[in-house]
Amino acid sequence: MTIQSSPTLSSLPAQGRSPAAYPETARKGGVRIVDAVKTYGTNNGTGVLAVDHCTFDVPAGEITVVVGPSGCGKTTLLNAIAGFHSLSSGSIYLDDQMLCGPGKLKAEPGPDRIVVFQNGALFPWKTNIENVAFGPIMQGTMTKAEAYEKARSMMADAGLRDIENDYPGETSSGVRRRVEIVRALMTDPKILLLDEPYRALDSLTKSVMHEALLEIFYKNRVTIFFITHDLEEAIFLGHRVVIMTSRPCRPKKILDIDIPHPRDYGVLTTKRFREFMDETAAAVHEEATKAFAAGEKER
Amino acid sequence: MSETAASDVRSLNAGEAMGSHTTRKQTPFSVAMYRLSLWLRSPRPYLMLIGFSLFLGFWYLAVEVWKLPRFAEMPGPTEVMREWFSENPTYGLSVFLPEYYLHIWVSTRRIAIAFFLATAIGVPLGLFLGWSQRFKQYVFPVFELLRPVPPLAWVPLAIVMFHGSETPVIFLTFLASFYATALNTMLGVESIDVSYIRAASCLGAKRWQVFRHVIVPAALPFIFTGLQISIGVAWFSLVAGEMVSGQYGLGYVINTSYTMVRYPTIIIGMATLGIVGYVTSAAIRLLGDHMMQWRTRELALGADK
Repeated sequence: MTIQSSPTLSSLPAQGRSPAAYPETARKGGVRIVDAVKTYGTNNGTGVLAVDHCTFDVPAGEITVVVGPSGCGKTTLLNAIAGFHSLSSGSIYLDDQMLCGPGKLKAEPGPDRIVVFQNGALFPWKTNIENVAFGPIMQGTMTKAEAYEKARSMMADAGLRDIENDYPGETSSGVRRRVEIVRALMTDPKILLLDEPYRALDSLTKSVMHEALLEIFYKNRVTIFFITHDLEEAIFLGHRVVIMTSRPCRPKKILDIDIPHPRDYGVLTTKRFREFMDETAAAVHEEATKAFAAGEKER
Repeated sequence: MSETAASDVRSLNAGEAMGSHTTRKQTPFSVAMYRLSLWLRSPRPYLMLIGFSLFLGFWYLAVEVWKLPRFAEMPGPTEVMREWFSENPTYGLSVFLPEYYLHIWVSTRRIAIAFFLATAIGVPLGLFLGWSQRFKQYVFPVFELLRPVPPLAWVPLAIVMFHGSETPVIFLTFLASFYATALNTMLGVESIDVSYIRAASCLGAKRWQVFRHVIVPAALPFIFTGLQISIGVAWFSLVAGEMVSGQYGLGYVINTSYTMVRYPTIIIGMATLGIVGYVTSAAIRLLGDHMMQWRTRELALGADK
């Protein structure tokens, strides 16, 4: 695994995984978070500690799901990877390249790391296909005609052909999420950063969205960093589940989910899935109780 | 207002769904005709007529029948109508005289120039105020200090600064309009969801591309709200300006009719202002609907979050 060959990381414990499952060509987009700290507020150390010495890996070509109570600081971590916020200390690597670290605490946002936002960020003033074609046109990597052609075929692949020329506001929220993920994939990112993307959806729509996301993942093998507070969602989707402590956030438990992919909703009723749920539910509940007691608000 | 527009489109979509789905792309004309027929079939035009009848009826009764104390000096509706539509008006102003249209034309032209300037300067200024924190720190305090000064207080200075009778009036009209436009545009930019800006920069948009593809379209609904207010206050200060200086225009008509005791003509001037003012703001609303189809369609479907 390329990410562990970095000399700067040699002191870290190897978090080994079998690389046999996927072709080597697809293995890009691994993120390593090393000793990340984020303090909000004043510089003299009296601020609020949001992320507390966080260290873990997001293996390339896999789905890593971060679970924690609302407001625990997991979005802060995602924003640091995306380059929206700086870290206070620590570093983050993407495929051995330092995104941010000592001397450069804020990463540059870029099309190799695309975020799918909690409340959705399709531009409501552009039609769905204009949204999907937006990235390559802005970057100048494709002509308008090429971008629209690719957008058309990717939307057709995702079963979104009929709504190409509608505005996002005219489609259901589930469809909007799918369009947003297609827009993200248009730029061929190394990693998708999903910030509780299905939070606002009802549970039936959610289950459809989960299978659709897995389908997209099996097709594209893009690395996925997925944030949620829904444990079932985490275990169903993830190769790896990172359970976070309540604010300040730090990994409490890291699990490798050995339920084989491809998965479908049948998995939910299997014995192995229940075992994972039993193993983690107490830990998540404990953090949720702490968060509740600390008065963390829904954000 | 937007709500009624929304209900129009909502029923339009319902009609679409019931009818053949193949005629999805209509021409603007057929859409307009369809909306008109829906409007005529709804109770709204008839309620509107009842409202107007009640208003005119009260005016008629109060002035001409009951002769209520406060209304005794006022011209009644029959007198005004007779004057307004007379080929040979007693006080010299009616729809048959070219002078009437000259007054309308002069006022409208002043509004058009002032409104155009206010939009051309106010929208970019508002966009930059909202976009650049630094720029705002320089400019906004001055802006906020000047804004509370009513256009009427500018009258003497306007007359000193600009010679002639035309430019001072246009300047006063511009001033009121400009503040409303710039302020609403700025608020529009400041209220943009940061996710849109982040999403655009994620997707590789440079700073000016974000400005053009995110900031401007996202602020557009606020800009048009500002323009609606701006055209209203433009008429307001135009009339104030025309009463002070100028030789033509509806404000001038009202003011001179008062000094020369031509009471029915005052009402003609006021009613004409009402009509022309309504037409200008309706035109802006239509332009807004045209430029923000995404929003019209979204409102039509109700907020489906």
